[in-house]
Amino acid sequence: MSIPVFAFLPGLVRRERASLAATLLAPLGALLVAIVLNLGLYMVMGRNPLAVLHAMVLEPFLSWASFSEVLLKTGPLLLIAQGLAIGFRAKVFNIGAEGQFILGAIFASAIPIWFPQATGGWIWPAMLLLGAIGGALWASITAFWRVRLNANEILVSLMLSLVAAQFLYYLLLGPWKDPNGFNFPQSVMFQYDAMVPTLITGTRVNVSLLIALAWSVAAWVFMQKSFIGYKLQVGGLAPRAAGYAGFNEGWAIWLSLLIGGFAAGLAGAAEVAGPLGQLQRSISTGYGYAAIIVAYIGGLHPIGIVISSVVMAVIYIGGDNAMVSANLPIAAVRVFQGSLLLAYLIAVAFVRYRLEWPHAAHRSPS
Amino acid sequence: MNAVEFILAGMLAAATPFLLAALGEMVVERAGVLNLGVEGLMALGAVIAFIVVYHGGGHFLGFITAGISAALLSLVFAFIALGFRANQVATGLAIGILGQGLSALFGKTYESLTVKGLPKIAIPGLSEIPVIGGLFVQDIVVWLSLLATLVIWATFAFTKTGLVIRAVGENPKAAHAIGYPVIGVRVAAVAFGGMMAGFAGAYASVIYTPLWADGMIAGRGWIAIALVVFGTWLTGRIFLGACLFGAVSLMSLAAQATGLDLPSQLLSSLPYLVTIIVLGIISADRRRLKMNGVASLGEPFEH
Repeated sequence: MSIPVFAFLPGLVRRERASLAATLLAPLGALLVAIVLNLGLYMVMGRNPLAVLHAMVLEPFLSWASFSEVLLKTGPLLLIAQGLAIGFRAKVFNIGAEGQFILGAIFASAIPIWFPQATGGWIWPAMLLLGAIGGALWASITAFWRVRLNANEILVSLMLSLVAAQFLYYLLLGPWKDPNGFNFPQSVMFQYDAMVPTLITGTRVNVSLLIALAWSVAAWVFMQKSFIGYKLQVGGLAPRAAGYAGFNEGWAIWLSLLIGGFAAGLAGAAEVAGPLGQLQRSISTGYGYAAIIVAYIGGLHPIGIVISSVVMAVIYIGGDNAMVSANLPIAAVRVFQGSLLLAYLIAVAFVRYRLEWPHAAHRSPS
Repeated sequence: MNAVEFILAGMLAAATPFLLAALGEMVVERAGVLNLGVEGLMALGAVIAFIVVYHGGGHFLGFITAGISAALLSLVFAFIALGFRANQVATGLAIGILGQGLSALFGKTYESLTVKGLPKIAIPGLSEIPVIGGLFVQDIVVWLSLLATLVIWATFAFTKTGLVIRAVGENPKAAHAIGYPVIGVRVAAVAFGGMMAGFAGAYASVIYTPLWADGMIAGRGWIAIALVVFGTWLTGRIFLGACLFGAVSLMSLAAQATGLDLPSQLLSSLPYLVTIIVLGIISADRRRLKMNGVASLGEPFEH
C-alpha cells in the first residue's frame, strides 16, 4: 500500500542491469549540480558568482604555478582515498583517516625531531615508512575494538581522530615545541635530508605524488586481479556467502583497516616531510574527511579515484583562490564538499534504479 | 563547593546536549534508519540559535528556529537516504560535513561573541538538601529535557505510535504488509531526530556555554550516537549514559580547578577515551546488543 499523499511522486524501479552510462555520468552530473547549488548560495551571500566560478574552477588551471599546487594537494587525497576505498568495498567504514594521517605525521616527525643532526639519503624514506606504520598502528586499535570487542568501527575510528588531534596539540605545546619558535605550536624546521625530493623543479610537487600513483596501480591490481582483493569484495557484497566460502570476516576487517591506516599514515608523513617541513597544528586541512568523499565520487574504483582526487584538489586550491579574490569564507569549501557527496549519492541511485512516473506505473504490467 | 557537589550541580546541564541529541537518534534508529549526521545537525542548530539570540530574538525563538533548521537539513538526509535508497552511512557523513560547513559559514562574523544564558530555577525544599541540592537548581530547558525523556519513554512503553515505530524498524516488510507507511514513519522519525539535534546544539551554544566558536560541538554529536549504543536503544539507559558523559566533561574541569598536573589535552580527550572504552565494554556483550538492537538498522526498504 502506498501513501496517497505521495502518489503523485515518481517511484524508483530497479533496473534489470546496472546502467554503465549512469555510472560514468553520475560524478559529472553531481559536480555540475553541486557547482550550481553553491553558486546560488554565494549569490545569496552577496558574492559575485562569476568571480567565484572563475577563481574556483578556472584559476587552478590558468598558471603552471597554481596547477602544480593542485598536483601537490592530489598526492595525500589520492593515497588516503585509495586505502579507504578498499575498506569501503569490504563494508568496513574506517572514517578515522584524519587521525591515522595525524599519527603518520607524528611518527615521521620523530626522526628529524630526535635526530636533527642526522644526514643521509635514508632519512626521508625511513620517515615515510615510519609514518605509514604509525597510521596502521592507530588504525589497528579500531580493528581490535571491532573484531575482538564487536564495537562499531565508525564511532571508534572517529573518536580516535579526535584523540589524535589532542595528542598532536599536546606534543606541539609541550615536548616537541620549537624552543626558538616564539611559542607557536609547531616543531623545529626539519633538516634538508628529511625532505622528500622535489619532482618538478620550481614547484613544490615532490616524489610522494609518484608514490601515490604507484599506490593507485597497486590498489587496482589488488582489487581487480588478486584473490585476496576478490575475497574482500565478496565479504562486502554478500557477507553470508563469504562466510560459507570460508572467508574470515575478522581477517577482512583487520586487512581493510591496516591498509587504510597505512595509506593515511604515509600521506601524513609525506605532508610533514614535503610542503610543510615541520610538524604543525594545521598539518591536515581535513584530508581524512575529504578523502572519504573522494573515494565515493571515484566510485570506489582505483581509476575513478585518480580523477576524483584531482577534482577535490582543484576544489581545495580553487577555494583558497576564491578566499583571496572573491572574499569567500574558507568554510565554503566544506559546504561544497558536503553538497558534492550528497548530489553524487542521488545521481548514483540511477545506476541501479530508474524513475517511473505514476501514470506509467498503471500501464506497466507487474 | 567540593568536586562532588560541583559535578552533581552541573551534571544535568552538561548532559543535556548529549541527552537531547541521543534521544532523537534513538527514535531514528528505532525506526530502522542510521543518521550519522548528528554532529552537523547540532552545529547548524547551534549557530542558528546563537544568531537569533544574539540579535535579540530571545531563547524561545532561538530554540524553535534551531529545531526547524536542523529538521530541514535532516529531511535532506531523508530525501536522499530514504527517497533514493542511498547508502545511509555515506549520506549521514555528507550531511555532517555539510552541516558543519554551513555552521562555520553562518557563524563566521559571530566568532567569540557571547550572549546571555538563562536563569536557573530552584525547586523549593529539594534544592536545600546538602550535597545533592545542586541537582534541583537547573534552567528551564533541563527541566523540559527531563520531561521529554519521560514522554519518549512512555511513547515506546505504552502507545501505538511507539509500537509502529518499532515495527517499522524491526521488520519493515511485515509493517508494510499490515498497511503502515514505512517510509512515512521513517521520514517523520528522521525529522524528529533532526529537531532534537537542533535543540541539543542550541542548548550548547546559547545556554551551556553561551558563546560562538567554530567547531564548538566538538564531537558531542558523535558521542550522542555512541550513547544510543551504550543505552542499547533504551530511553532510561540513554539518560544514565548522558549523565555519565555530563559528569565526565565536568570532571576534566574539576581536575583543572584542583590543580591536578595533567596536560589539558588529556583532559579534553577524556570524553572520547571514555566513549571508546565504554563502547568496547558494551559491544563485547553480543547477546545483549542483539537482543535490544534494531533488526533492519541502516538497510534501505524496498517493496
